[in-house]
Amino acid sequence: MRSICLYFQVHQPFRLRTYRFFDIGADHYYYDDYQNKRITRRIATDCYLPANEVLLALINEYGSAFKVTFSISGIAIEQFKKYSPEVIESFKRLAKTGNVEFLAETYSHSLVALSNPDEFKRQVEEHAAAIKELFGVTPTAFRNTELVYSNNIAGQVLSMGYRTMLTEGAKQLLGWKSPNFLYCSAPHQRLKLLLRNYQLSDDIAFRFSQQDWSEWPLTADKYVSWLNNVDPSQELVNIFMDYETIGEHQKAESGIFGFLRAFPEQLIKSNKWTFRTPSEVAEDLQPVAGIDCPYAISWADEERDLTAWLGNDLQDEAFSNLYKLSETMATCTDADLHRDWNYLQSSDHFYYMCTKWFSDGDVHQYFTPYGTPYEAFLNYMNVLADFEIRVKEYAAETAGIARKETVKATLNVEKKPLTALKKPAAKGAATVVKTGKTPSPNTKTK
Amino acid sequence: MFGWEFPPHITGGLGTACFGLTKGLLKHGVEVQFVVPKAYGDESQEAVRLINASDVTVMMNDAVFREYWNQITYMEIGSNLIPYVGPEDFEQMVSENTNTRIEESGRVFSERFQFSGKYGHDLMEEVARYALVGAAIAANSEFDVIHAHDWLTYSAGVAAKKISGKPLVVHMHATEFDRSGENYNENVYEIERKGMAEADRVITVSNLTRNIVIDRYHIDPDKVITVHNAVEPPENTEILDAEKHVKEKIVTFLGRITFQKGPEYFIEAACKVLERDKNVRFVMAGTGDLMEKMIKRVAKLKISSHFHFTGFLKGENVDRMFAMSDVYVMPSVSEPFGISPLEAMRSNVPVVISKQSGVAEVLNHVMKVDFWDVDAMADAIYGLLHYESLNTMFLTHGTEEVNNLKWESAARKVADIYESLV
Repeated sequence: MRSICLYFQVHQPFRLRTYRFFDIGADHYYYDDYQNKRITRRIATDCYLPANEVLLALINEYGSAFKVTFSISGIAIEQFKKYSPEVIESFKRLAKTGNVEFLAETYSHSLVALSNPDEFKRQVEEHAAAIKELFGVTPTAFRNTELVYSNNIAGQVLSMGYRTMLTEGAKQLLGWKSPNFLYCSAPHQRLKLLLRNYQLSDDIAFRFSQQDWSEWPLTADKYVSWLNNVDPSQELVNIFMDYETIGEHQKAESGIFGFLRAFPEQLIKSNKWTFRTPSEVAEDLQPVAGIDCPYAISWADEERDLTAWLGNDLQDEAFSNLYKLSETMATCTDADLHRDWNYLQSSDHFYYMCTKWFSDGDVHQYFTPYGTPYEAFLNYMNVLADFEIRVKEYAAETAGIARKETVKATLNVEKKPLTALKKPAAKGAATVVKTGKTPSPNTKTK
Repeated sequence: MFGWEFPPHITGGLGTACFGLTKGLLKHGVEVQFVVPKAYGDESQEAVRLINASDVTVMMNDAVFREYWNQITYMEIGSNLIPYVGPEDFEQMVSENTNTRIEESGRVFSERFQFSGKYGHDLMEEVARYALVGAAIAANSEFDVIHAHDWLTYSAGVAAKKISGKPLVVHMHATEFDRSGENYNENVYEIERKGMAEADRVITVSNLTRNIVIDRYHIDPDKVITVHNAVEPPENTEILDAEKHVKEKIVTFLGRITFQKGPEYFIEAACKVLERDKNVRFVMAGTGDLMEKMIKRVAKLKISSHFHFTGFLKGENVDRMFAMSDVYVMPSVSEPFGISPLEAMRSNVPVVISKQSGVAEVLNHVMKVDFWDVDAMADAIYGLLHYESLNTMFLTHGTEEVNNLKWESAARKVADIYESLV
């Protein structure tokens, strides 16, 4: 039997409020609570809750023949906890069936993999801990934000201990090859790769309700016949999409819920296909070839590259300004700063600054809360300016404490030789200072 | 084509637009006869044959003209009606006219009428007389389409249509509502409405204007077509490297200081920026009826040390002003099109424009704010002064965008309209 891997991405960013330059230094709250609550609750009602019901019903009816995979960003989890806790309960019910795999990803749905390996690792760990806490399982397969992938990222992911990763079956990656096999990374062969079949995925995600599409309306019969037409030697079809496709991008009126229920049923009943999760697939199948990817790819737009988030001057300046703070934030223990650091890293903020849609793609416009990319940039930069000030103040403060401790320690050092030993004790005290929790003032100042 | 002014004798955007359009039309093989009330003799005739209305003899005994004249009620002009208050002292022009003033009706029917071609007190009389000239020209020359620019020439256009039976296109560069807000002059409104109602096609310079034409003048939407203005490529390509004598950044407002241009919003935004950053100077270049009020407001806000008024700027001084600016702001309350941001962008100055301007419809690489939203305006100015990449983006993409707004393509649309009528 051939495998089909159905995976949904769940993410909602914390949208920023209108933040003017005169707020910089004066107001440290950056989020549009009303919008975030409104949107989260709307999508919960239109998509997450009813779609989860459909999937749960499928699992209850077909047991191990139906499996599904999710990746829920840490930020989305926080929003659900805050605004729509019933969504968490609903996912927990799914998790309990054991037929659902939760993937690892970056906590913030960020592009940190392209900037800072240490922060990348920290975020993946924070995310894995959040998943473990909610669903009781530690993720074993990884997918990066927006399926961003490159040889370099493959190496980083492997070193974090993951053996399976999902990415886009981009043309520039595959050339003549088919995405319907298990692959591995060419330079890091222990990392197995599942590649998205963008044709069959986007038939649902983008085209399902497009009435000018020649295949409209897309019925389960038709979709199953397309799957059956896939060459029999090809053993795996990966259908990856945003979960919001179900009920949000494709509205309930389009019949998407009926479709979500019907096409797995038909596939299972045909006895030719079985639904598997990425970790199962990686265990069962052998990679057929190595994939070399020197330049980063993603699942976005026609180009399948990074240009939706990075590349224009606005995005590059914002991105580099943000990650200049990595070093300080790595040791930051302040809870508020840590929260904002996570929220500000969401790839969405950079997506809003994309100027590509001036010429094409109304997809971008659909997602942005701003009138123009320039407004998005201004707002983000104002917020970032305030955040930067706070981080620097924090750094100066902790450096101050560290300095005080050094002084104290030095005083102790000077005291000790007076009362007790001479050289050995002095040395010992000095090393205590160096390995102390707060780094020495020298590394702090820059 | 009936116009009111032609470069270099211009007081507003109308003459520049007419010039650009006629040049563009020539490239599409359209031959233009351009009628202005008064030709000075030094106008560029590279693209058009300029007809001086002052030289046209009207056979005053002609019954048609008599009849037409009877239909035109002579209207005394109200002072707030003056569309563009020119920099030149219009009192002088008015006094010149009174010297030769005879009885109104008799003067209109003298064989030749000396038009001033200015926007002044006798405007309505000139408009009426210009209509007669229009009819005379229509009766004596060969042409296919009549094209009239702005209300001043609509009566001439309508008269020419009546005489010749040729199709009439009227071009809305600005409506009475743009000029005067809700305190509009009913006579002007009526001339505009009649002109458009009689016309076979109405061209508007933006969708903003198109909506006004449809909603406020009740013109059939099917015959109202938007043709966005464009901008002429710069004449001297070496952009002035104006030496800046201050080290602060300069933010500029350039235009008439009138209600329509929203100067007060610029001042409020300036105040907000200055509260945070004293390293900026604001310049208000131009003159107008709100100037004194603005100076008082600036003084009241105590920002006079960083806020400067230059008075009216002309020609090279405008270019120099642009060259010195770091940000250009056009906070217009109502702007049918608004060509000045394009000129600023061409001089490599990033711009902030109000969403209530027609030019906002054709520009992407600018900051767009609501004219009343001074917070957003201040934020945009601050951003352009502090975030380097915003500047870079505007300069690279903005210049390209402006260079693509060619009169040639605007003229193509106009020529298509002509063809649909002939």
